[in-house]
Amino acid sequence: MLQNTKRFMTPFASVLLAFLASAAIITLGGRDPLMIFSKMGRAVFDSHYGLGQVIFRLGTLTLVGLAVAIPYRLRLFNIGGEGQLQMGAFAAALTGAFLPEFLPWPTASLICTLAGMTAGASWALLAGALKIRFGVNEVISTIMLNFIAQGITGYLLTYHFAIPSTVHTSPVSAGSVIPSLASLTGLFTSSPANASIVLSLGAAIFFHFLIFHSRYGFEMRAAGLQAEASEYAGIDTSRHILSALAAGGAAAGLGAANIVLGYKQYYEAGMTDGAGFAGIAVALLAGAHPLWVLASAMFFAILEYGGLSVNAYVPKDIFMIIQALTIFLVIGFNAARKP
Amino acid sequence: MGTSIYCREKHECKADGAEKPECTPQYMRISSTAKHSNRASEQINRGALMGIAVQLKGLTKRFGTVTANKDIDLSIEEKSIHAIVGENGAGKSTLSRIIYGMYFPTFGEIAIHGRKVRFGSPKDAIDAGIGMVHQHFMLVPELTVTENIILGNEHARLLGKIPLKKMEGAILDEAGKSGFTINPAARAGLLSVGEEQRVELLKLLCHDASILILDEPTAVLTPSETDRLFDILRSLKAKGKTIILITHKLDEVLAVADTVSVMRKGEIVGTMPTASITKPELATMMVGRNVLLRIENPPSLPERTVLEVNKLNFRTAEGKSMLKNLSFSIRAGEIYGIAGVEGNGQSELLQTLWGLVPQGCEISGDIGLNGKSILGRKPREIAAMGASHIPENRHRHAVILDYPVADNLFFGRHRENAFRKGFGFSRKSMEENTKRLVADFDIRCDNPSRQPLGSLSGGNQQKVVLARELNRPGISFIILAQPTRGVDIGAIETIHRKIIEARMHGIAILLISSELEEIIALSTRIGCLYNGTIRHEFTLEETAAKRMDEDRFRREIGLHIT
Repeated sequence: MLQNTKRFMTPFASVLLAFLASAAIITLGGRDPLMIFSKMGRAVFDSHYGLGQVIFRLGTLTLVGLAVAIPYRLRLFNIGGEGQLQMGAFAAALTGAFLPEFLPWPTASLICTLAGMTAGASWALLAGALKIRFGVNEVISTIMLNFIAQGITGYLLTYHFAIPSTVHTSPVSAGSVIPSLASLTGLFTSSPANASIVLSLGAAIFFHFLIFHSRYGFEMRAAGLQAEASEYAGIDTSRHILSALAAGGAAAGLGAANIVLGYKQYYEAGMTDGAGFAGIAVALLAGAHPLWVLASAMFFAILEYGGLSVNAYVPKDIFMIIQALTIFLVIGFNAARKP
Repeated sequence: MGTSIYCREKHECKADGAEKPECTPQYMRISSTAKHSNRASEQINRGALMGIAVQLKGLTKRFGTVTANKDIDLSIEEKSIHAIVGENGAGKSTLSRIIYGMYFPTFGEIAIHGRKVRFGSPKDAIDAGIGMVHQHFMLVPELTVTENIILGNEHARLLGKIPLKKMEGAILDEAGKSGFTINPAARAGLLSVGEEQRVELLKLLCHDASILILDEPTAVLTPSETDRLFDILRSLKAKGKTIILITHKLDEVLAVADTVSVMRKGEIVGTMPTASITKPELATMMVGRNVLLRIENPPSLPERTVLEVNKLNFRTAEGKSMLKNLSFSIRAGEIYGIAGVEGNGQSELLQTLWGLVPQGCEISGDIGLNGKSILGRKPREIAAMGASHIPENRHRHAVILDYPVADNLFFGRHRENAFRKGFGFSRKSMEENTKRLVADFDIRCDNPSRQPLGSLSGGNQQKVVLARELNRPGISFIILAQPTRGVDIGAIETIHRKIIEARMHGIAILLISSELEEIIALSTRIGCLYNGTIRHEFTLEETAAKRMDEDRFRREIGLHIT
């Protein structure tokens, strides 16, 4: 019981301590931390635009968080969220650009989304295949695949698909665009928040049920806890490695729906902006639990946009320090709890 | 001598036990506290005079909220073999680790040869003349016997040459004095288990240890190697060494020890000379209630052949031949026991039977289950053909320790239709399954649907596995590998009874165990596995007849497996 309470408290204590530490840093920098934090709070919660920004970031962070959290259940550490997101975004943007204009919404939109998910899943599957066939550690292979994804998308963009003298592709067809929340509800005006947030929330809930309430999840968690015992019980652990990585990659690829189809409407160099790596922090803080990934993504989304909004007073890098500190603390607390 | 003290205690215990056996343990505990209050201090003073090698006084060790050792008073005489027995988790290992300086006691005092000590690490204990042979040997396989023995004490400067030849001579000398032979130039990796153990002992002797702690030394030995070890222990005693034997095998205690202390739930419930106690009495003290050491094994009437292993050969990826033309068959309603020292092909046979052969291994021959070949099939397919496997390493292979008891009660059987509902599982049939199996197998747990399996005792964990596997629908063949390893005596009884029950229901059972006692007690027929092949088989009639004289039977089997 006590053990459970401690496990439950770990993320909260970590966040709190990280904030205290950053308050100290801000003070050392000659600013009043309370003023900074309250400005942040106002920027986020006092305006529709701010809330919309947070919702937009929540969508992407949830998906890249899931990309790490799902394989993590099998003790696979997917560092490749960034590459999978990039491939997904690129595939979705190209598909959208080449789809004929007469294809209506939501068919075109759906096709682009699926293209993004397929690209993300395939990219992650490469790491899975390398692991099963040759025993290559997935940490190494996913990191390397990030570089390769960067290279491939960069090359294809520069030499084949970019509109001359820009760094982005031509826009997707009108039917492929996911409408913004502003156009649907009249709220969150001019913010990038869009209807794909429903997909993100749905994905988190779907994976929660898949992992904790389905037969597939029962086998998958067992394979993650004790692979050998699972083999003895007739569970195909290799298949689970592949499917978990594919599911993670697909989640990351779904992130393209938010960034490309819902916001930019084209692929642009550097548009993912390391969001895939933030997914690692999101998943770790959430203890790789899909529903907690939502809460954790919310926290990081607020931190990210809030940090940006007070950039005039303190460098936003301080909030990257908070992020990193939180993760260090989570890992530290977890290590200390184990005998 | 000090024995007179224990003798009195023993007699009192016996008188009381004769009237009311259940009360024995309680009485013993009272007597041990009484000893603590007045006798212990007296003994610390007398220690030096009377030759007390190890004296523990009021020793308590806590790990968090768990008390592993509670208020232990114990005197171990010099030049004696003192056995400490108890079930798994009774606190024997903790106690031995405290004496060896690996743990620091929460309360209490230790005196070695009458002098009070406080060990900060095993190094202090070694300096005080204490040595320990661990259950798992710690030799570097690439080094020779000599190099292993001098490891950490090389008698040379950092960059100097190690005087290997001189050391070899010294080692041979030491071995000769203690009455055993060893080749000091042999590579440790090529030694037999018995030889490895002798090297470990020699290591201690070369470091001038006068108090030797042996933790379950016979767990890996054959009967003849065990006899040899005991001869060595006796000659070491004659040379003036004090030996502390940690074990749960009562026969061995009675055979070799002078004095025995029984531990239960972290406390010493009695100490007495072995000459004055019998095996059933010891077992009762250990468990705290009367136990049947021998379950009933009614005659078996085997029917059709269920499993047929035919000329099975197994070659590892390195080209080592582990099974050589292995053939045997098992009929319905029969337990086929495979006796043998570990490493003679048991693991390979198990891997082949359950379809988990490591990559690169070559297999020829055939295994038929109910007339169909199982070679090349996956565990899932073999299970679907009516087979089940209780692996020897249940922690690693049979359960998910972090899953609740209820989940473990159908883990591996979770594909059965009865448990399915939608995408998940039927809560109702899961609960039914749990309730039935927990009651039927007497599994002791508080809350099966929430409590993780890892929090159960070893015996109860094994009951979970057994309950799950024996209740597989349509099962005709079951593989049991070391079914009672690490299991308490109390639980062994239940497990053995359930195995016999399964046999009576017409299941064909393959029993692989390193405990000959278990093989003899349960088997219908016995095959002696040596070097990858069945070297001798005892028929149904022979086994039933020879079971009457277990000791002799054990020796006879011992001859066929070494």
